[in-house]
Amino acid sequence: MTVDPRELAAIFLGGCAGALARAGVVEALPLTPGTWPWATLLVNVAGALLLGALITWVHERRAAPPAYLPPLLGTGFCGALTTFSALQLELLQLLDAGRGEVAALFALALTAAGLAGVTLASSLVRRLDGVQA
Amino acid sequence: MLLGVGLLGGLGATARFLLDEFVSAREPSVFPAGIFVVNLSGAFLLGVLTGAAVDGDAGRLLATGLLGGFTTFSTWMLDSHRLHEHGHRSAFWLNLAVSLLAGLLLVWLGRELGGAL
Repeated sequence: MTVDPRELAAIFLGGCAGALARAGVVEALPLTPGTWPWATLLVNVAGALLLGALITWVHERRAAPPAYLPPLLGTGFCGALTTFSALQLELLQLLDAGRGEVAALFALALTAAGLAGVTLASSLVRRLDGVQA
Repeated sequence: MLLGVGLLGGLGATARFLLDEFVSAREPSVFPAGIFVVNLSGAFLLGVLTGAAVDGDAGRLLATGLLGGFTTFSTWMLDSHRLHEHGHRSAFWLNLAVSLLAGLLLVWLGRELGGAL
């Protein structure tokens, strides 16, 4: 496995920005354990939309994409803006609070919104690219 | 403080990329094993931090910064979307259901272990 140090630097920088943006949202929408995790929903769906748009745009355009854009914005920013660990802890805290039905609903709503976000963003980018071609 | 959350988030993202590359190179398959390993190990570690009652600034740095930057939702969704698009229906459902259920189990297990530390 070969590693490009400039690619790592792009991921690191994007990751810093993504984590800071997520920390800002968490600060703005503080969570009481056992209640609906709005911050996690917001950052995760936003990141899925952005990543779906970015990757479709990068893969389907005719010209080569700017070299360090996918690691910077995709792996770095979108990857760190979104989170899986906090999601799981928040689901566990909903179960602790005896709100299993809310946990199930949240997991279902979040994954459905995440998948819909990727699909929607990617078809939107395809449509816009088609108009330009 | 904010600077630390950013730096550790960047470090987490870099570690995610390296572990994903490492696992994917060893286990080449349609199943996105790299991100699966990243997300489940991150959920377990967040459980340990929670169980060990690491909170305040240390909690913010390690949980929000490092583990938040390490684990990811967007790539998990993108990979699932691709599995579905390419007709790998069982891998699609497995990637969603097993990640969610095993993640929950591991965050709980981590919290139990962290509490015993």
